[in-house]
Amino acid sequence: MSFWRKVYAITRKDVLAELRTKETVSAVLVFTLLVIVIFNFAFGTQRDIIEKVASGMLWVTFAFAGVLSLNRAFVMEKEEGCLEGLMVAPVPREVIYVGKMLSSLIFMFLVEAIALPIFAFLFNLNVLTWQNVAVVLLATTGFVAVGTLFSALAVNTKAREMVLPILFFPIVSPVIIFAVQGSDLALSGAPWGSLFSVMQFLIIFDVIFLVISYLIFSFVVEE
Amino acid sequence: MKRYILLAFTSILMLVSLWMVFVWVPTEKVMGIVQRIFYLMVPVGWLALLSFLIVFIGSILYLINKQTRWDVLARSSAEIGIVCTTLALTTGSIWAKPIWGVWWTWEARLTATLVLWLIYLAYFMVREFAGEESRGARFAAIIGITGFVDIPIVVLATTFWRGMHPPPLVFEGGLAPQMMVTLMVSIAAFTALYFLLLVLRISLRNSEIDIKQLKGTDY
Amino acid sequence: MGRAGSASRQPSVKVTGLTKSFGARLTLKSLDFQVETGESLAILGPNGAGKTTLLKILASIMEPTRGKIYIDGLDLKRDAEHTRRRIGIVTHNTFLYGNLTAWENLDFYARLYEVPDTKQRIEEMAAMVGMTQRLHHRIATFSRGMQQRISIARALLHKPSIMLLDEAETGLDQQATAMLWEAMKGEGSEKRTVIMTTHNLERSLKATDRFIILDKGNIVHQGSTRDLDLQALERTYHTSTGSEP
Repeated sequence: MSFWRKVYAITRKDVLAELRTKETVSAVLVFTLLVIVIFNFAFGTQRDIIEKVASGMLWVTFAFAGVLSLNRAFVMEKEEGCLEGLMVAPVPREVIYVGKMLSSLIFMFLVEAIALPIFAFLFNLNVLTWQNVAVVLLATTGFVAVGTLFSALAVNTKAREMVLPILFFPIVSPVIIFAVQGSDLALSGAPWGSLFSVMQFLIIFDVIFLVISYLIFSFVVEE
Repeated sequence: MKRYILLAFTSILMLVSLWMVFVWVPTEKVMGIVQRIFYLMVPVGWLALLSFLIVFIGSILYLINKQTRWDVLARSSAEIGIVCTTLALTTGSIWAKPIWGVWWTWEARLTATLVLWLIYLAYFMVREFAGEESRGARFAAIIGITGFVDIPIVVLATTFWRGMHPPPLVFEGGLAPQMMVTLMVSIAAFTALYFLLLVLRISLRNSEIDIKQLKGTDY
Repeated sequence: MGRAGSASRQPSVKVTGLTKSFGARLTLKSLDFQVETGESLAILGPNGAGKTTLLKILASIMEPTRGKIYIDGLDLKRDAEHTRRRIGIVTHNTFLYGNLTAWENLDFYARLYEVPDTKQRIEEMAAMVGMTQRLHHRIATFSRGMQQRISIARALLHKPSIMLLDEAETGLDQQATAMLWEAMKGEGSEKRTVIMTTHNLERSLKATDRFIILDKGNIVHQGSTRDLDLQALERTYHTSTGSEP
């Protein structure tokens, strides 16, 4: 299982680096908080409006926070040619993809674990149900599966951070559609049964894009 | 020689199609004359998807082979594709106005077409931003593959999202036989047009590459 | 896998028909050369000749468009894990993560290269480059020279039998340069194969056995550095490439 040991090495390295500076997580968290505040300005405090737009707010926030976080994934590898260091090592290219994907996933989950209670607190919304958490987990996986691939691509372009949203959003639009539906259902207290189709679609998306990204990742990093 | 045959064939089909659309087919009773735009919109929407299929195939072959001609195929098809997608959006909008009174509606098909348009846009932008021609081709191929795989999921998602309401494009009682025939001919004509344009564009692109090589600059 | 690694007749590095093009731009034109085990080869040539591209391909950072590379008889691409394990590389990029300590960086690479007895090996390497005191400090706090020293430790951590150096001297301070050349010599009985790109003709005379001159993607001259003095080399360089080194 040396594949997984090397994946672990990469993920561990990312987590170590992040623990040291807490740059990514704190920046993304502050951004999330600001977006939430702006939503409050945009939509006011009328209860019925908030309830209607709650799910949308949640996912706009996570989608943009996701882009911010994913952008950082490969920026650190650009400095001092570290990505080349990974390519020189006896490590299959796919290991790099899985390693980076897992660390991005961890960071996103961390941000969401903090943002969700804040949402619940500020808007008095029941976003912490198991149903909603499940939707969040699945949708985030979809974001990160695609986002890791595109992040590696974006970092090799002239415009870097600006490229990722342009590629990312059209491709993950289905995830956003499903996630908003799912969270909407979860927030209105729907039982697991009604969430079935949403979960199904999210899982399908996740599996398809994990596989595709895994297969074509080497073409992104190899010149 | 083959090109002229294709040109002749396409022209004939197109003329027949135009005659059918504007003269032969009866006017639809509910929507009136404006419904004829349907015979433009459906073929153009079909081409937008066909183009992306070719982009997908070209992209895969390019990544495997790194031969420029596959990139030329993919890129030329994408150029036609984005034009067709733009047309699809425009005709959709033009139809929407008299029927529903608005220039745009977020119904499933239009939304999915918009997302397709954005994916095409990403395809071209990533080429620009890559900074270097061969890297741009490689990155565009990545978008070509992920985008194509995404399209069915986007269609699924938008239908699911708007699924509760019956699609407003359904004609009462289905399509009359003359309309069906007209539509089929229209689709055939546009498909022929696609291949013609593709062949011409590829040939033009190859000439551009040759010129750049002779000039000694990076194509 | 077989006989690779033993003192066989196989060249350490063998390159056949190596071609690299970026779209329409041909950077390396069907190169053929080989380096025997324990030999040192200098790759010389003017800027834009393709030296760095060649080295990147040898290091698996880039893929060749055509051609094959054999490391101890193994195909570089097909046996990627086995071949890359034998290669160490030093360039002016350190491949080090600024926010991690020297130890953490070295430990990371030790895991990727599956180095046995990690702790011992890291301490050994740190001692070799004189950085034992700073092992648990962050790379970002190091001077450039110190970073380069850790980079050398990183490159040698897994006891590579082949070293690739891409203009490795630029940016190294005197101490680090001396350390680099000491380390190049190899550990124990195994003498390392070294391939280096450099602009420094004097250094290549001193440190290498053979040289090739690359110009516009072609090998325009191959020769031995034995019994060659600086002027002779400069003349050869000038005649082969039409430019000054």
